[in-house]
Amino acid sequence: MRFADLFRFAAGGLRGHRLRTSLSVLGVGIGVASVILLTGLGEGAREYVTGEFASLGSNLLIVIPGKTETRGLAPLISVAPHDLTLRDVDALRERVPGISRIAPVAFGTATVKVGERGRQVLVVGTTREMLEIRHLKMATGRFLPRDVRDAPLCVIGARVQRELFPGVNPLGQIVRVGEWRFRVIGVIAPRGVSVGMDLDEVVEIPVETALRLFNRSSLFRVLIEVRSHGALPEVERAVIDVLRERHAGQEDVTVLTQDAVLSTFNQILGVLTAALAGIAAISLGVAGLGIMNVMLVSVSERTHEIGLLRAVGATARQVVGVFLVEAVLLSTLGGCVGVLTGLGAGQVLERIYPDFPVHAPVWAILAAIVVSGSVGLLFGMLPARQAARLDPVQALVGRRT
Amino acid sequence: MIELAGIHRTFEVGGQPVRALRDVNLRIAAGEYLSIMGASGSGKSTLLNLLGCLDRPSAGSYRFGGQETAAMSELELSNLRRHRIGFVFQFFHLVPRLTAAGNVELPMVFAGVPPAERRERAAQALARVGLTPRAEHRPSQLSGGEQQRVAIARAVVMRPSLLLADEPTGNLDSASGREIVDLIEGMNAEGLTLVVVTHDPLLGARARRQVRLADGVVVADEAAGVRGAASGVARGRA
Repeated sequence: MRFADLFRFAAGGLRGHRLRTSLSVLGVGIGVASVILLTGLGEGAREYVTGEFASLGSNLLIVIPGKTETRGLAPLISVAPHDLTLRDVDALRERVPGISRIAPVAFGTATVKVGERGRQVLVVGTTREMLEIRHLKMATGRFLPRDVRDAPLCVIGARVQRELFPGVNPLGQIVRVGEWRFRVIGVIAPRGVSVGMDLDEVVEIPVETALRLFNRSSLFRVLIEVRSHGALPEVERAVIDVLRERHAGQEDVTVLTQDAVLSTFNQILGVLTAALAGIAAISLGVAGLGIMNVMLVSVSERTHEIGLLRAVGATARQVVGVFLVEAVLLSTLGGCVGVLTGLGAGQVLERIYPDFPVHAPVWAILAAIVVSGSVGLLFGMLPARQAARLDPVQALVGRRT
Repeated sequence: MIELAGIHRTFEVGGQPVRALRDVNLRIAAGEYLSIMGASGSGKSTLLNLLGCLDRPSAGSYRFGGQETAAMSELELSNLRRHRIGFVFQFFHLVPRLTAAGNVELPMVFAGVPPAERRERAAQALARVGLTPRAEHRPSQLSGGEQQRVAIARAVVMRPSLLLADEPTGNLDSASGREIVDLIEGMNAEGLTLVVVTHDPLLGARARRQVRLADGVVVADEAAGVRGAASGVARGRA
């Protein structure tokens, strides 16, 4: 028997029962669509996080006061025996040759007021180098001036500007942070959330001013941009050495590389994607049972036809072939429907949440189609066998229903 | 062409053995016209299924064209059915989603005949049963007589040497039944061996040789009239 004929005959069998066929196609379709969509979500999350880190620049070292044993995510609370100070930053800049830029960060929350209008925001104390390291863009005005560490100047985020200065040019205006007064010299272009910090909702002021404002002696962290990616380990070691020497021989800082943070996120999100795919796979399995059910019904309904096929000389193997091809056709059709639906739903999601890309990986699409095909093969086996085992004599007896 | 010797067929029904055929001996020569008659339950359908290689005997020897079928594999039996035997059933058994031509092509589909040749041979077979204008109709659009003619076209399209008809007129009005009988008798006249199973004495009496079954045993095997002698000669040649 030619394969094209087998295919056409099986397809004809499906066409004979449009409703039943479309329902089982739908079942597989939903399973496959959820595989595509959920892996797309997981993969989108991974890309999103990766993209956010890339926006920081890839040659970045982050120095955090306090030593933790685990590498990876930044410790939330750390007790540092020695403060990480601006003098440490200066020493690093002078003594570690691989550093291209270095930005100290002090950090706190405060109420920012303009007249009677006020709101709680993050206040970041830093220097001009922050602008370059984090690739910030200005909407209007300028960032903190170079080499200024203590001045009553501030740069505000886009949302802060919208809420405190609605319809007013903020440049040159005065804002109060706590009891202190700052002149606005610039607005940061809107950018959205960047690695856990909403840059639209910050007020940035010179670092030394911030330390005094919050009455702190230690920096929150230090961002270091290294000249080349290859120099990262070398610079990391030099930074630790310099700080150990300055901190009475104690290694009391944690240095995170971008790569370490990123690979941790990658791992977590990779596991998440796999878990989502697993959940989706269950629905694919359920769809497989649906196919098996449909095929079993089809076999019992078509006993006459099977008997007839045997009478006109179809071998048992050809009968198995007919029903297997039908099952695989059903499930593969479902797979294609599912891929299209899943991709379509991803597009819709992306339209609604533009920040959050839903990218079903190519492997997931291919796997979904292959798996749905094999689901048909697997779950079609039993009904097909049953069809072939039918006694042709019994199958031909009696009136057609 | 066909030699049955000491054929027994026993079924298990509810744990009880039912002896559907007992010690059946039958020789059918090429070109014969034979009817198998008997009351329902007499074993005539069982015999037909055995002749058609849809079923195997519990004991005894069935030689088709000189070859022992008991020694054949399932594949060889399928091959035998495909090329040497045509079936016509009481309830036609057409595939409802296929056209008349599609149904006639079916045996050739499973035999792997190329599509162009299939179409040509199906058209010839349909012409032979006078249904050329109906070739593209589905079974539901055909009358009972037309459906049975499609079934006959399907049965002979592989040019078998044996046509087995199980109550071929049992589901038809008498006019359509007459047409069907004329058709298959015409094919017999052209050399096709014809075995008709029926409990209709009028139909059975038309055959040149009549076999009667009762309780699984052949109780009569007689040639009808002068033509019976001719059939005896034919048997002698086989």
